Amino acid sequence: MIDGIQPLQLLWFLLIALLFIIFFFTEGFDFGVGIATRLIARNDRERRLMVHTIGPIWDSNEVWLVTAGGAMFASFSAWYASLFSGYYILLFLTLFALIIRGVSFEFSSHAESRKGFNFWNWALFFGSLLAPFFLCMMFGSLIQGVPIDAQGNMSLGFWNIVNWLSIVTAVAGVLLSLIHGLNFLRLRIDDPELSKRAQSLNNKLYILAYIGEVVFALLVIFQTDFFEKRPISSICITIAIVVFTILSQIFNHSDHQAWAFIFSGLTLTGVVALLFNGLFPNVLIAQNPAHTISIANAANGALTLQVMTIVACILLPIAIAYIIWTYYIFRHRIKLDDISDKFM
Amino acid sequence: MLLGVDMLDLARFQFAMTTVFHFFFVPFTIGMGLVVSIMETLYVAKKDEVYKQMAQFWGKIYLLSFAVGVVTGLIQEFQFGMNWSNYSRFMGDIFGAPLAIEALLAFFLESTFIGLWAFTWNRFKPGLHCVTVWLSFLGSLLSAVWILTANSFMQNPVGYAIKDGKAQMTSFWALLKNPALSAEFPHVIIGAFVTASVVVVGMSAFGLLGKHKHDRNFFKKSMRVSLWIVLITSALEIYVGDYQTQIEIHEQPMKFAATEGVYNTTSKHAPWDIVADLDTKTHENKGAVSIPDVLTILTYHRTSGSVKGMNQINKELHAKYDKKFGKDMSYYVPVKTLFYSFRIMAGFAAWFFLMAILGLIWTRPKKNTIENKRWFLWILGITTYLPFVANTCGWFVTELGRFPWTVYGLFTIADSVSPSTTFGELLFTNIMYFLIFATLGGVMVYYSKRQLDMGVERALQGGQY
Repeated sequence: MIDGIQPLQLLWFLLIALLFIIFFFTEGFDFGVGIATRLIARNDRERRLMVHTIGPIWDSNEVWLVTAGGAMFASFSAWYASLFSGYYILLFLTLFALIIRGVSFEFSSHAESRKGFNFWNWALFFGSLLAPFFLCMMFGSLIQGVPIDAQGNMSLGFWNIVNWLSIVTAVAGVLLSLIHGLNFLRLRIDDPELSKRAQSLNNKLYILAYIGEVVFALLVIFQTDFFEKRPISSICITIAIVVFTILSQIFNHSDHQAWAFIFSGLTLTGVVALLFNGLFPNVLIAQNPAHTISIANAANGALTLQVMTIVACILLPIAIAYIIWTYYIFRHRIKLDDISDKFM
Repeated sequence: MLLGVDMLDLARFQFAMTTVFHFFFVPFTIGMGLVVSIMETLYVAKKDEVYKQMAQFWGKIYLLSFAVGVVTGLIQEFQFGMNWSNYSRFMGDIFGAPLAIEALLAFFLESTFIGLWAFTWNRFKPGLHCVTVWLSFLGSLLSAVWILTANSFMQNPVGYAIKDGKAQMTSFWALLKNPALSAEFPHVIIGAFVTASVVVVGMSAFGLLGKHKHDRNFFKKSMRVSLWIVLITSALEIYVGDYQTQIEIHEQPMKFAATEGVYNTTSKHAPWDIVADLDTKTHENKGAVSIPDVLTILTYHRTSGSVKGMNQINKELHAKYDKKFGKDMSYYVPVKTLFYSFRIMAGFAAWFFLMAILGLIWTRPKKNTIENKRWFLWILGITTYLPFVANTCGWFVTELGRFPWTVYGLFTIADSVSPSTTFGELLFTNIMYFLIFATLGGVMVYYSKRQLDMGVERALQGGQY
């Protein structure tokens, strides 16, 4: 037992962190591809080629978010209730982005006119841009300590949500997703020119990412207690984030596409890990320390956690296995020629 | 407060709106999974290209509905926390587990294999390709099992103890063995099959009325396959609907009495009201058109037995719950809505069954005269929309019938709402959701209709994206 936390409570805290990590690793790149459709594609055909790389998988990637939310509800319902009602508007905006993005895939394939196609393609772009933005904004906001009352209800003011740290986290989330997406795209397409454009855009974006990471680290130092409370692990993870970015950039430059992709994913992993490492052993930090919601007092009953653990131990590996198999099935690179010229 | 509307009203309106809209697409998607799976299996078995075309053509509608179902499902998961945080705190220990299992067991299966299915027509052998659509369908079935496990607990709480003012799970098996679930699951699932097969029949009717002459064979075959599904499933639906009623009489007598408009306990030979003049102020049923003895027969499957009335049930509930919820609580459910919702739902089920019989007679392989019966094709076409009305009515009966509770007998709707959300936030999201739903629904119907107008050949050109 650590700080009065039962082993299963700790396990579920870690599992939820893991679920968010997998979510950002997988959906991160398809957000990135969605954003990139408006940045590096020069015509609709290239745009459709790019969308095709994520077409079969974006949906199961999104399920990681649903699973993370469900797991929070099941294992720490006090956390789920306070967080989701507290960040009402941000979550609504996240949902809105996910909705227009989610339907855009199907609707754009049904669009017969260029106008219709363009409309849903813009929906994909804005959805892919805004979903990670608002979600990361929430994470950036909640690590700073927010007004929570004794019943666990949050009453957030505008500046609790919109401040330097939350905005920088949001921008960093989008930027890292975009880099990750471009790396994924290069892995999945057989089109030297488009690949080249992705590579050179990424080279510029890495510079921005370093600046973003430094600013983010500084703000975390001043706005949160992460580095006072847990200095060693916080410093290690921060360094890892920067090292992963450097490695990703080197591999991008030297055309080792798979490694570049893996390390851009690990960068995102590092950011999520830093947040959860800093939160531990709490889940929501209140301005009044007495009202901080901790793992131990947000956790649900022992039986529920046991049932959930058994279920997760059986189902998670199976799900991961067939998801990996899916990625294996779609391993072949796609050419522009594979894309029908609907509007040409 | 604005115009007499308060936070609770807005939160309830939002829940009703999002759930009803989500529930347009969920049964349709689940059912389309079955219809498309059957069509593709027929292709694998008979090697007839027309079945492949069928699976692909209707598969596109399936994918459209799937997409809208997924995004509206996201809202469902989030809004428990957003609008009903006190409910989530009270019920999370029990409600969260099925929800999380639903994601782990069902959503991954559904979404992974539907992705595979949509993108591997030219890559997998027909047999393996067919397996992917069945797996995606299986995923949607499992999803229904788990969400209905959670809903059944709200209808009939089992396997719990109240600890520190919160519901805590004491037996996971009790949740799964909940009698409410054994009734709700078949009812909802078979209703989903009815929904999709009726839609395919109706859209095929429009297809036959349309201008593409060379598609006639395609639509006749699609219609016949799905008419069989309508016939079997609507008959089953009537049977399981009756089974659910039997359970409801014991678990939620108020809901049952309301669906039949019974205010005062009846005689041993209760008549059945087709329509009724229900006075919600004086708590009286002033009667209208009724058939002698039928209510007793429907209720007990025998010729004698009285049905308990809402006024008597109200007294019993007050005696049982006054200590906990106070004397001022009203246990009367929205009776008119329930009474007519039930009639519309049950009436439509019978209507679908009748349509299936007539349709099958007129599409016999040797004497297929359906093309000449344009009046009947129009009726089938209009019937396309009716399952959605029936599903919504069913939902009204289920959810409004457990008023005033979110968890029957344990936790009230008024206590469930989020204390920290503001009126403005709720108003804003209500308006936004309404606009989003109107757009999504409109676009979905428009694209489905466009696909039908295009003709089969053009609709199947191009493939994904």
